[in-house]
Amino acid sequence: MSRLRHLLGIAELSREEILKILETAQKFREVLDRPIPVVPALRGKTIALLFFEPSTRTATSFNLAASRLSAQCVNFAVALSSVKKGETLLDTARNIEAMRVDGLVIRHAFAGAAHFLAQRLKAFVVNAGDGCHEHPTQALLDAFTLREHFGTLEGKRVLIVGDIAHSRVARSNILCFNKLGAKVAVCGPATLLPPYVEELGCEVFYRLDRILYEVDVVSMLRVQAERIGASLFPSLREYRQLYGLTRERLAKLDPKVVITHPGPVNWGVELDYDVSDLPQTLIMNQVKNGVAVRMAVLFLLAGGQEGAE
Amino acid sequence: MRRRILSAQKVTELIDRLAEEIGRRNQDRKDLALVGIKRRGVPLAKRLAARLGNCPVGAIDITLYRDDLQLVAEAPIVRGSEIGFDITGKTLVLVDDVIFTGRTVRAALSELLDYGRPREIQLAVLVDRGHRELPIQPDFVGRRIETRRDDLVDIYLQETDGRDEVVLTRR
Repeated sequence: MSRLRHLLGIAELSREEILKILETAQKFREVLDRPIPVVPALRGKTIALLFFEPSTRTATSFNLAASRLSAQCVNFAVALSSVKKGETLLDTARNIEAMRVDGLVIRHAFAGAAHFLAQRLKAFVVNAGDGCHEHPTQALLDAFTLREHFGTLEGKRVLIVGDIAHSRVARSNILCFNKLGAKVAVCGPATLLPPYVEELGCEVFYRLDRILYEVDVVSMLRVQAERIGASLFPSLREYRQLYGLTRERLAKLDPKVVITHPGPVNWGVELDYDVSDLPQTLIMNQVKNGVAVRMAVLFLLAGGQEGAE
Repeated sequence: MRRRILSAQKVTELIDRLAEEIGRRNQDRKDLALVGIKRRGVPLAKRLAARLGNCPVGAIDITLYRDDLQLVAEAPIVRGSEIGFDITGKTLVLVDDVIFTGRTVRAALSELLDYGRPREIQLAVLVDRGHRELPIQPDFVGRRIETRRDDLVDIYLQETDGRDEVVLTRR
């Protein structure tokens, strides 16, 4: 296994690399439960967060992960930056790198933004979401959470429901779960399923009730109003009835089936509020584990130095 | 050149003696606990605990506290620490197989102090091979060995290697 230089997508990772990240994250999970949940592993390192799209969880989670490793973290607030004056992505990144930053965590509306910077910068690059392409740390924390619950993903049946077409989470998750041996199915209205999605390695369903009661994991996606320009389904109410995990569907679902959601949840659309307090709902575990997984990613990318013995 | 320094029987004798000394110095301590440094300090700590009777044993992995993380080529494997008890107020005996530069012990002390505030920390090692780079000395030593700086001292233990033996290799 060669040294990990960047984390751009799950597509670029081997099964072994995924497992190495997850196993390292397992050790960081313990660090988070210590009286002082901070280790000095990345002292002297500086990490910049470049979020060109809004985020609560991911930005906070990366920020905390860096802090808990004793790295310094600078938050680049796009709204107040020269991006508003027309500075290009590359110039922005180069200027930040020139201030001796070791790594960049970037979220951008354009697919391939992280790859573009990785080819041009010396700093390591972590993709925190690029357009509708990939969101690898979300997939890794989902895999971590499910492994924590089941022990393994081998042979588990995972159903991803919702807006697959606009979802970088779905894409990364399908790739990641497949590499870990799970069987993946996707379900959503035809207008929200990308053509050839089955090529990613998943079964496709258009009717939720056909597949819902046959899986071990239900992963609900957010209806992303900001990405759905034209109207791709008639109404939120109809969406809820056809594709939402409603109180009625919940009542028929085996309590052994676990429910995940990458957040933020549109309560009453993809999930009924009844789900929030159920023991089989792993949404808060996902958030908690996100910090450990991002610590592992930052540690593996920033720890050690290229060219050293 | 490879030379056996300690046989299996000698290793056992040294552990017996270490346990005796630790016990004597901490006679009136009801709050004694052992913490082994991964990897080979952990089985040693367990053997000492078995002889001392009824004291908790933790394991510590110092990887994230190393002072040379910037100098190595690749992020090292993180093995994780497992200390299943509150160390605050306890008398801890930190256990490792070999003490050399003292840097591992420095890292372990930093990490332990992030877990809590023990009343006292003592240090026990099976082998002291000299060449300290930091002002750190063990309280209990199984055997002191004269070495050159570039010698290798390999400790083999039943639990990790299938046999008890200490070997010195001169390069």
